[in-house]
Amino acid sequence: MLVVEKNALTEEIEVLVEKFGSDRSSLLKILHEIQKKHRHIPDFAQQEIARLLDIHPVEVFSVISFYAFLNTESKGRNLVRVCQTITCDLLGKEALCNAIEREFGCKFGESTKDNKFHLEYANCLGLCDQGPAMAVNERVYTKLTPEKAVEILNEVK
Amino acid sequence: MENKDRRAPVSQQPHVVAKPEHPEHIGGSVSIQINEKKVTVPMGTTILEACRENQIHIPTLCHHDDLCIAGVCRLCVVEVEGMRTLQAACAYPITDQIKIKTSTSMVRKARRHILDLMISEHYGECYSCVRNNNCELQSLAEEYGVDSYTFGHVQESQYKIDNSSFSVIRDMDKCVMCKRCVRTCIDLQEVGVLEAVNRGDDTTISTFMDKDLADVVCINCGQCINRCPVGALHANDPSDDIWNAIDDPNKHVVIQTAPSPRAAIGEEFGLEPGHSMTQELNTALKRIGFDRVFDTNFTADLTIIEEGTELIIRLYQALVEKKEVSLPQFTSCSPGWVKYLEHFYPEYIPNLSTAKSPQQMFGSLIKTFYADKAGVDPKDIVSVAVMPCSAKKFECNRPEMDDSGYQDVDFGLTTREMAKMIKEAGIHLPEMPKSHFDNPFGEASGAGLIFGATGGVMEAALRSVVEFVTGNKAEDIFDNANIVPVRGFEGIKYVELPIGDKVGPVPDLIKHLVPNWDWLKGATLKVAVAHGTANAKKIMEDIKAGGKFSECHFIEFMACPGGCLGGGGQPIPTNEEIRMKRAEAIYAEDESLEIRKSHENPHVIQVYNEFLKEGPCSHLSHKLLHTHYTKRGKYIA
Repeated sequence: MLVVEKNALTEEIEVLVEKFGSDRSSLLKILHEIQKKHRHIPDFAQQEIARLLDIHPVEVFSVISFYAFLNTESKGRNLVRVCQTITCDLLGKEALCNAIEREFGCKFGESTKDNKFHLEYANCLGLCDQGPAMAVNERVYTKLTPEKAVEILNEVK
Repeated sequence: MENKDRRAPVSQQPHVVAKPEHPEHIGGSVSIQINEKKVTVPMGTTILEACRENQIHIPTLCHHDDLCIAGVCRLCVVEVEGMRTLQAACAYPITDQIKIKTSTSMVRKARRHILDLMISEHYGECYSCVRNNNCELQSLAEEYGVDSYTFGHVQESQYKIDNSSFSVIRDMDKCVMCKRCVRTCIDLQEVGVLEAVNRGDDTTISTFMDKDLADVVCINCGQCINRCPVGALHANDPSDDIWNAIDDPNKHVVIQTAPSPRAAIGEEFGLEPGHSMTQELNTALKRIGFDRVFDTNFTADLTIIEEGTELIIRLYQALVEKKEVSLPQFTSCSPGWVKYLEHFYPEYIPNLSTAKSPQQMFGSLIKTFYADKAGVDPKDIVSVAVMPCSAKKFECNRPEMDDSGYQDVDFGLTTREMAKMIKEAGIHLPEMPKSHFDNPFGEASGAGLIFGATGGVMEAALRSVVEFVTGNKAEDIFDNANIVPVRGFEGIKYVELPIGDKVGPVPDLIKHLVPNWDWLKGATLKVAVAHGTANAKKIMEDIKAGGKFSECHFIEFMACPGGCLGGGGQPIPTNEEIRMKRAEAIYAEDESLEIRKSHENPHVIQVYNEFLKEGPCSHLSHKLLHTHYTKRGKYIA
C-alpha cells in the first residue's frame, strides 16, 4: 500500500471516529462504512481503527472474521449471495448455483475473472416461503429459476 | 479477578456483582443452601467461590484465578432450585437465598457430555503431549470417568502447528477454546496477540490476520502457556539439542541457573511451592553431565554495577553537565518487557538501559573471560541458561547477541524443561545432596538473587546506590538491608528516597566517571516498580502525558505478573498464592546469605580487576555487556 493511500485511509478513519465516537462500541459502525466504500477492510485500516479506538488490532480482526458481511480481502464488484439454508436447498438451490457457475465460469466462493461478480453462499435470508432466494449486493430476488437467476445477473452492470 | 481499570465496557462483565465492603452489616450477606448445608456468604460471591470455601469441589476449565470470569466451558454447571437450566457456578453471583445442588445426575451427565464433546475435537494422544500428567482436560476426564469416545475422536490433524516463534508454539489441534490465553494476552498483559476468530464451528484462537506468532507483536512472555489448561500452547523445547551437546565429548557444556527456577523447580517434583532447590540443582546438573554450573546471580550483580553506573552517568550528565539525557532510565533485564517497549513505545528506547540482561552478560563472559581462564576454545563451548522465562529463548537468538564472536547463549531452557531433563536422567531432585556453584564465578550475592521477584532489581540497585552515595551501610538505613517499600505484589510501586546532605566519598570503581557526590546533596531519588505489561503500559502512558512517573529517575519493569518467579517458563499452575510462596523462598534465601550487596561480591570485583580493567561502562564492558535495541513498532505488515 502506498503512503498516500495509507494517509488517505487514516484520514477517512479519523473522520469516522470523529463521527461515531472513539468508544469501542463504535467499531461495527466504522467497519461498515469502510466495507461499504472499499468493499473490504485492509489490514492497515484494521490497525488504524484499533489505534484510534484504543483496542488491539486482533480484536478488530476477530470482529471482522465473525461477520460474513465484513471481509479482509477485496472481492468482485457485485456480491452474489445465494441462500443455502434448508428450504431454499429443497426448492432447487443447487440447480440455480450450477447454472450461475456455468454462466460465469467460476465456482462459489470465488470471483469471476473480470472481477465483476463474487459468488458465495449465505445462511438463511429469511425468505423461506419464497425460495430459492438470492441477494445481489443489497437487493433480494425470490422464487428464482436457473434461467431467471442468470438473466438477472446478466443485467447487472 | 475484579479489576476496576479493565478496558472492557460493563456489558462485557455481566457476571460480576460488587461485593459489599462490610458483609457483616444488614443486607451485606445472604444465606444459601449448598447440598442441604446452610451457609452464609457475602452478597456477590459466586457459587464457585462459595463452594470452594465450603470444601465442595466444582470442576473448572476456563476459570483461572488470575483472569476475569468467562463462563465459556460450562463444566462448572450446578443446579439452582427454580432455574429452568443448569447454571455456570463461576459466573453466578449470589444475590438471593438460593438452593444449590452440585452433584445431581443431571449435573454429572451435563459435565460428562461437555467433556465428551471437548474430547471429540481434541486431536492427539496424551502420551505424546508435553502436558501429559499435568493436563486439566486429562484429569477431568479421569475425574468423570471418561472411558470411551462417546461422540467420536478426531483422527486427523486439522491445523498447522505454528512453530515460527523461538519461544511459544501454538498447536490448535489441542485447543479446547477456554479462551484463557485470550484473556491473558488482552486483559492481563494487554499485549493483544491472541483472540478468537471466525464463528461457530470454525472458531479458533488466532493472531492478527492469521499470521505466524513470530510476525505479530507477541512479546514471548509465555503467560498464555502458563494458563493453557492443555497442550495447545507450549514452549519451544531445545532439550534434544542440549542432550546431543552433553553426549558430544568435544563440547564443553556450561549451564547457568537463575534464581526463580530454583525457587520453583521443586514443584515439578511434588514439593509444596516455596522450596528453594539451589544446591540440590547444582548436584543434579553435574550428574546429568553439564561440565560447569554457574550462578546467573553473578551477572545479576554485574548488571547492578553496569546499570547503576549507567544511571549515575545519566544523572550526572543531566544535573551537572546539563545535557539532554533520556530519563527515567528503564531496566532491561526482562526480555518480554524489552520487546514490549520495542513494539509499543519505540520512541522510548533511549530510556532503556543499554546493559544486557544477566543471562546475556553471562553468555558473553563465558565465551570470553571464562574460555580464556579455563583454556577452552569458545567455539566448543555450549552455553545453556535455565530461566523462568520463555522470552529468554527469543533473547538468546537475537542477532546482535554475539559479542563474544559466537552466539553468546546457545539455548534458553525453561524451569519445566529443566525438570523434564532431570526426570529423564532418572534423578529425583529433592533427594540430591547439596553442592556449590563452580568457580571462577562462585556464589553470588543476595542482591542478585532477589532479581527473581518484582522489585528485586530495584532493591538490589538501591542497596548499592545508597552505599555508594551516602557512604553509610545499607543496613543502617533500611532494617537488615530489606528495602520493604519496593517489595510486594502491588501492580505499581512508587518510592521516594531523600539522599540528605551527607554524602560519602566516590568508590574507586567509578572514580573516573564522577569527581564527587556534592551534586546529589539534598536530592530525592524517585523510583518506581511495575510488573505485568498491563502495569507497564499504565506507567508508559503516564510518562507520555508528563505525569509523576516522568519525573522518576529509575523504573524497574518486569513483563510477567510477580516478576520472574511468575514467568512463562515456570511450573504450571502458577497463581497469586504460588507466586507469593516463591517470593518468600527467594527473600528467605537472600537473608540467609552473607554477601547481600552486588558491589561486595568478591568475584565481581575480581572480574573488574582482571578482565574489565577500565571499570564499568568502559569500552570493553560496552562491547561485551551492553547491547542495542530495535525499533519494531506495532504495525504488522
